[in-house]
Amino acid sequence: MRQFSAVSGRAVPIDRENVDTDQIIPARHLKRIERDGYGPFAFEAWRRDPEFALNDNTYEGASIMLTRSNFGSGSSREHAVWALDGLGIEALVGVSFADIFKNNCFQNGMLTVELSGEDIDHLMDLARKDPQTEIVVDLPTQTVEVVGTGWKRSFEIDPFRKYRLLRGLDDISMTLEYVSDIEAYEHRRDNASFPSTAPSQQTNVRWRPTA
Amino acid sequence: MTGKTLFEKIWETHIVDSPLQEAARRDALTESGELGDDNVAGERQDLLYIDLHLIHEVTSPQAFEGLRRAGRPLRRPDLTLATVDHNVPTIGRDQPNPDPLSAKQIDVMQQNAEKFGVTLFDIFDARQGIVHIIGPEQGFTQPGMTIVCGDSHTSTHGAFGAIAFGIGTSEVEHVLATQTLRQTRPKTMSVEVTGELGPGVTAKDVILAIINEIGVSGGRGHVIEYRGQVIRNFSMEERMTVCNMSIEAGARAGLIAPDEKTFEYIRGRPHAPSEDNWERSLERWRQLATDDDALFDRETSMDGSQIKPFVTWGTNPAQSVTVDGHIPHPQDVAVAEREATERALAYMDLAPGTPIREIPIDRVFIGSCTNGRIEDIRAAAAVVKGKHVARGVNAMVVPGSGLVKRQAEEEGLADIFIAAGFEWRDAGCSMCLGMNPDILAPGERSASTSNRNFEGRQGPGGRTHLVSPEMAAAAAVAGHFVDVREVIT
Repeated sequence: MRQFSAVSGRAVPIDRENVDTDQIIPARHLKRIERDGYGPFAFEAWRRDPEFALNDNTYEGASIMLTRSNFGSGSSREHAVWALDGLGIEALVGVSFADIFKNNCFQNGMLTVELSGEDIDHLMDLARKDPQTEIVVDLPTQTVEVVGTGWKRSFEIDPFRKYRLLRGLDDISMTLEYVSDIEAYEHRRDNASFPSTAPSQQTNVRWRPTA
Repeated sequence: MTGKTLFEKIWETHIVDSPLQEAARRDALTESGELGDDNVAGERQDLLYIDLHLIHEVTSPQAFEGLRRAGRPLRRPDLTLATVDHNVPTIGRDQPNPDPLSAKQIDVMQQNAEKFGVTLFDIFDARQGIVHIIGPEQGFTQPGMTIVCGDSHTSTHGAFGAIAFGIGTSEVEHVLATQTLRQTRPKTMSVEVTGELGPGVTAKDVILAIINEIGVSGGRGHVIEYRGQVIRNFSMEERMTVCNMSIEAGARAGLIAPDEKTFEYIRGRPHAPSEDNWERSLERWRQLATDDDALFDRETSMDGSQIKPFVTWGTNPAQSVTVDGHIPHPQDVAVAEREATERALAYMDLAPGTPIREIPIDRVFIGSCTNGRIEDIRAAAAVVKGKHVARGVNAMVVPGSGLVKRQAEEEGLADIFIAAGFEWRDAGCSMCLGMNPDILAPGERSASTSNRNFEGRQGPGGRTHLVSPEMAAAAAVAGHFVDVREVIT
């Protein structure tokens, strides 16, 4: 996992509710077998809408994305996070995030910060009025700050998640430290009464496709 | 002592690391100052054992690549099943795939399955199909299991009383390497549907009604247990339709207590417990239902007898209205939703006040993990039998699996569709997500039995209305939405 400590930069406001992952990265761009290369297709359909903030080049280089509620809803595609990463986004600050999307962000060292609707209103207003507004998202102190204004808010994060993000710990390596627990579980599990997908249990059934 | 919910019983029997050990770990971190002085209770994370890991070509290549780079083996190939569904053509499979990226992704799935020893139902295997159709069909999906897949509609398997949820590719890699997942324990939510459904009202209408009621993020952070007489009366296929769309309400998963119907469905399937293990399995499964005195974090109830056929008009699955209704006026919706409503109506090119039944359609799609099972195909066939697709409408049926397709052909259902002017395709996700060539042209409007009406979901500029198989079939014949209750009586 990529380590995250703090990000300081400009913020692009995505002022829409329930932004689904089909908008963030459409399915037709999920054919790649790599983790990168999705940035150019991020929000593809909305890149023609002049009112959409990402089409305003004054936000170019923004490293923070401001979002509304239920951002990242729908499909579980992690490609959505890879696409945001491809845009140069390092942290998302919004009202709420869909469950699977939030997990996917965490797995990629992209911080999701949840603030109240009023706080997000305020940040979006600032970012719209002055796209140069500099925001600092700091994980060690769990704060979001607008540079030079004194505006500062705290956010909550699970301490264990925070610990892992700050160190960029690899989840798989961490879990493999528990391999003896996994083995013990497999030993006490009633294996015979759970299904197996082993090739030895399969009878291949071939067929002719529709021409 | 308070009883436990179905969800809690399954979750707790799948925790690998003892919570004590986890607590000790946290204490150590706190003492060493590494967590700072903010050691609030935090969210509870458990390391869960995964009984079945389903994989497909789109969300697994990067996970296998991760294993390869780290030199890690796949821990339990015998608990992993692969298929190709999202990206496969539904026609002309005997020809080379004209899309090189798509062909490569399918090839890579084959190579990874071979290299890591995973059973794969490839495109020439009769059992190939949508990953959430083939699990139950083969008897892999059973009560009390934990099932994950890099696909949000994994919630489908919850219909059997299993904890089943979608994960991202990094988590796919984690399961491949460890057969476990570290997960925050979701909250529980009971959604009860009481009474009896009227004729022509389907499981699809029930779940669309629930999503309309609680909203697209109403289930966020929760696992929903569907309860009540309507749910009990449902067949396993109808229960799968309901659980399938739990994610559309934002829920982590959806499940239904297993009962005799569940056991009967599983019995005799290729991967059902053997005769030797059947009684023991039954005994375990019968303990799973939520105890009478168990408590849910949230509870909601609706009257099934009031539910009518639903049609979505907007660009998320909660933006829906009953078939006898009209396109809403933005000024009639809550202020907070006004802008989204206006945007959705503009995208859908619909005028406020238009009766749903006057909306003409260009395309009909019958299929998907929501409504691509044999019962769905039968229900749609019953509506189109002896009729013909309206002039100017392109309609297709994409069975959920090769075996569903074969069964439908044996039952004469394929002939009904073909005679009615439908295209009859090979199994896959197809137009549900618009990854293969089965897509809407810009501006085209579909009646679709799938699960998502997001902007561009079925193709850039495409306009999707979600409906039941019966409603989709009736719309194909009429060329516009009709109240299927008037067609079938």
